Amino acid sequence: MANVLRFRRGFRFQWEPAQQCHVLLYPEGMVKLNESAGAILQEVDGERSVAELVAVLEQKFPEAGALANDVCEFLEHACNQHWLEVS
Amino acid sequence: MTISSGASTDKAGHSVGPPLWLLAELTYRCPLQCPYCSNPLDFAQTEKELTTDEWVQVLRQGREMGAAQLGFSGGEPLVRPDLEELIAEARSLGYYTNLITSGLGLTEAKVNAFAAAGLDHIQVSFQASDPELNNAIAGSRKAFEQKLKMARAVKEAGYPMVLNFVVHRHNIHQMKDIMSLCERLDADFVELATCQYYGWALENREGLMPSKAQLERAEAEVNEYRAQLEASGCPMKLIFVTPDYYEERPKACMNGWGSLFLTVAPDGTALPCHSARLLPIEFPNVRDTHLKSVWYDSPGFNHYRGDAWMPEPCRSCDEKDKDFGGCRCQAYLLTGNADNADPVCSKSSYHDRILAARKAADHATVGIADLTYRNAENSRLFFKS
Repeated sequence: MANVLRFRRGFRFQWEPAQQCHVLLYPEGMVKLNESAGAILQEVDGERSVAELVAVLEQKFPEAGALANDVCEFLEHACNQHWLEVS
Repeated sequence: MTISSGASTDKAGHSVGPPLWLLAELTYRCPLQCPYCSNPLDFAQTEKELTTDEWVQVLRQGREMGAAQLGFSGGEPLVRPDLEELIAEARSLGYYTNLITSGLGLTEAKVNAFAAAGLDHIQVSFQASDPELNNAIAGSRKAFEQKLKMARAVKEAGYPMVLNFVVHRHNIHQMKDIMSLCERLDADFVELATCQYYGWALENREGLMPSKAQLERAEAEVNEYRAQLEASGCPMKLIFVTPDYYEERPKACMNGWGSLFLTVAPDGTALPCHSARLLPIEFPNVRDTHLKSVWYDSPGFNHYRGDAWMPEPCRSCDEKDKDFGGCRCQAYLLTGNADNADPVCSKSSYHDRILAARKAADHATVGIADLTYRNAENSRLFFKS
């Protein structure tokens, strides 16, 4: 939870108007992100810790309740895919 | 190339998603002569290349339609003096910009200038893991040293790097050395792509196609290496593209005709894939047709959308939504009719032609020096009169 995450070099997160979703772009590839994945990755800035990131998301989506488990699970997946790395 | 698709084409072919991938083949000029080049056999008779302004228009129109990935390819795209300008334009439009290069003509200064212009990624192609074989296949004496130097420069400048090796019967035994070279060069992705037999590669098929035994050994070596990388937490990713000639079902070519990919050839011809211009189909040109109309309205791009065009055995096949009948170019080249099922499919009545190629691969004696190399002189031999 104390880790600070950032996007791996060459991985770009952006909103695509034509697809109406966030995507992750990388060399010759693209992952379409669903709404929650997009919302989580939008907060990854290479400065905030995972705990801070969870707090920001909980504040942004109060109706969703406690988010730590879901967010951590997704971030772990993103790290295993080498989309994100510990900065 | 991987894209998890957001595009949808309904069965009648009415609803067509945007072209998410735009491949800009800036030129057919290239200092190398690889005998499996994906450029057309008659590339040397291609009309004038698009100007900078014409390319800028193509990039703007494509991005407006939703294209997100952009490949600068060729030929060797570095021979275009306006490459840096096009990169800057593309990046400012929001594309993820990929430079697909042989590394010849690249300098450290260019690597850095392209980074400043916003280039996202550089893919460097190699022909083998040692200078002798690499240079023999590339038809260039200094290629290997230059490629090594540029691969290091690419990483030093902070780019992610894809290294691409086209794999065939003369280098497939080097698989372990190739992967270890890539790891030493700190590649992020490694494409081990066996030849696809169109154009020059089809011309040279008997001299390029690996035997089944060679292929099985290479696959085992790649799997073993991949497991080692995973165990050590190394992020280098290996992508092994095996030859469809050893499959019983065809590949879902380009993820379906006119579904995700749009290629613009050096002279402005717009194509659903880079080899489609060999088909007896008329394709539009971006010089006189807006990219939107190219993609959604042109007869060429609509030709094989949906499945109404399919004859048997595809028509009644329960896998037709999965593989779209395979590759139209392969069907045309091997059966003479692009409507036919890709003969890779064991249901095709032409499948024996694939089996014959497999058999030939077990006994082939064609040496590297016997291959037909991709150069202007040889290209002129293929001009249609």
